[in-house]
Amino acid sequence: MIHTENLTKKFGDRTAVESLTLDVAAGEVFGFLGPNGAGKTTTVRMLTTLIGPTAGTATVNGFRVGQDDTAIRRCTGILTETPGMYDRLSAEKNLTIFAHLYEVADVKGQVEKYLRLLGLWDRRDDLVGNFSKGMKQKLAICRALLHEPAMVFLDEPTAGLDPEAARLVHDFIEEIKTQGRTIFLCTHNLDEADRLCDRIGVMKQRLITVDTPANLRKKLYGRKVVFHLREADDALLTRVRALPFVKEAQRVDGKLIIGLDDPETHNPTLVRLLVEAGADIQFVGELRHSLEDVYLSLVGATEDNHA
Amino acid sequence: MPKIWTIVDKEWAEVFKNRLVLFTVIFMPILFTALPLIMVAIGSSQADMGDATDMPASYLEMCGDLTGSACFTLMMVNQFLLLFMMMPLIIPVTIAAYSIVGEKTTHCLEPLLATPITTAELLVGKSLAALIPGVLATWLSFGVFAVVAYILVQSPELLRRILDPMWIIAVGLLGPLLALAGINVTLMVSSRVSDPRTAEQTSMMLILPLLGLFFAQIAGVLLVNAQVMQLAAVIMVAIDAGLVYLGVRVFQRETILTKWK
Repeated sequence: MIHTENLTKKFGDRTAVESLTLDVAAGEVFGFLGPNGAGKTTTVRMLTTLIGPTAGTATVNGFRVGQDDTAIRRCTGILTETPGMYDRLSAEKNLTIFAHLYEVADVKGQVEKYLRLLGLWDRRDDLVGNFSKGMKQKLAICRALLHEPAMVFLDEPTAGLDPEAARLVHDFIEEIKTQGRTIFLCTHNLDEADRLCDRIGVMKQRLITVDTPANLRKKLYGRKVVFHLREADDALLTRVRALPFVKEAQRVDGKLIIGLDDPETHNPTLVRLLVEAGADIQFVGELRHSLEDVYLSLVGATEDNHA
Repeated sequence: MPKIWTIVDKEWAEVFKNRLVLFTVIFMPILFTALPLIMVAIGSSQADMGDATDMPASYLEMCGDLTGSACFTLMMVNQFLLLFMMMPLIIPVTIAAYSIVGEKTTHCLEPLLATPITTAELLVGKSLAALIPGVLATWLSFGVFAVVAYILVQSPELLRRILDPMWIIAVGLLGPLLALAGINVTLMVSSRVSDPRTAEQTSMMLILPLLGLFFAQIAGVLLVNAQVMQLAAVIMVAIDAGLVYLGVRVFQRETILTKWK
């Protein structure tokens, strides 16, 4: 759905995006993470043909950026960082204007469909200026989907929303994912990315890495199993470390944290060994690093490299 | 074309909810129509308003065989008819200033530019939204002025001179040209400022040449006649062409998005 090859954007001497090479498959929810100023919004603006690249190429839904811009705009929807609605107009009028601009055939029908879907139908005649931030965001999502685009760009869709509104937006993203649309999600909310995205790209002017959240964790931290024991002593730790399949083992507050390549295969052996050694196992689980840990490690490593 | 009219519809729906814009669009035509009509009414009710020899020589030539009173009325009315040229400048500038800066302050430009609308369609839509009310208000006001003047003025000779084809050229042709210049300047100024009043006030500098004309005529230095109007129209065509060229260069999508802050 999206293919970029060495996509670069410079503003004067400043490089906002450097040699971005990326593929996003149709139907995928792709998370785009990075600190402020990392080039996420610039990338979205290039892919939605709002600004042109300085170098490199990009295609969206088979259309070439810079050559088929109108065709790209027809098949993409965008939720910008700020909702950007006309405050003096009603919700319905706002959507009607954009439905006309997106050349929607059944303007009235589509406007009603999305206003109902996001629970704004009863407020359709109210001025948008009187809406809460969450309602404006919902309206902006309606606008991005009015023309049923194959590809949707969402730039910080839950920024500044209360948990309830954020949950509603998350549910809606999951729903549009089931409709087979491709979603390009820029976010600072790592839980959101973890929950919604099939793959994640971490960006800081250049693309640091792309993978599934699970693979990113595995690459950075490997897989670790936590054994909660009533009591864990040094002798037990030494016996565990002696096992050939154990990559690392440490004792933390009565817990043994053991690094394994293949927990599904080796956990039974480990459990047997610990029980035979007289350990009282209270609980066993996989140590799950948050995506925040992964993200900070990746971005931090890039900073170290630059330093 | 449908997208252009969608923009026009959107602009009108939004901008006419602004009280200052509404006030300008309604109050100014009423005021600018009333002032020359008051002059006509005073001239028609006064049998003798003075000696024609007190008039500037250029006016005496224009008055021909008119009585002194009629000549004085013609001179006064002509001063105020210049207001009909200011109207198509002031109204569109006010609308354009609020329309463009409004897009910036509400952050609506990015989603708007992400639609399949072309930059030309967007610019034409915005320009028409500002131009049409200004020009229509001017034409309507001049129409009202002409009808009331026709009723009030007794002398056919004076009426013929008041409703001189020169003013038809001025209102019908020069007015829209001035409006177009005003809109283009406003669009360019708006790209540099974030307050509609600043954009409006800066663009209103365009009114200075008209005020110069107004005062030069009062002082008898210059007589606004058909030749002056024709020359002004030619100059305005050249100025408009230059401003449209500059405006299109300023209005690149990328410039709008990255520099309009």
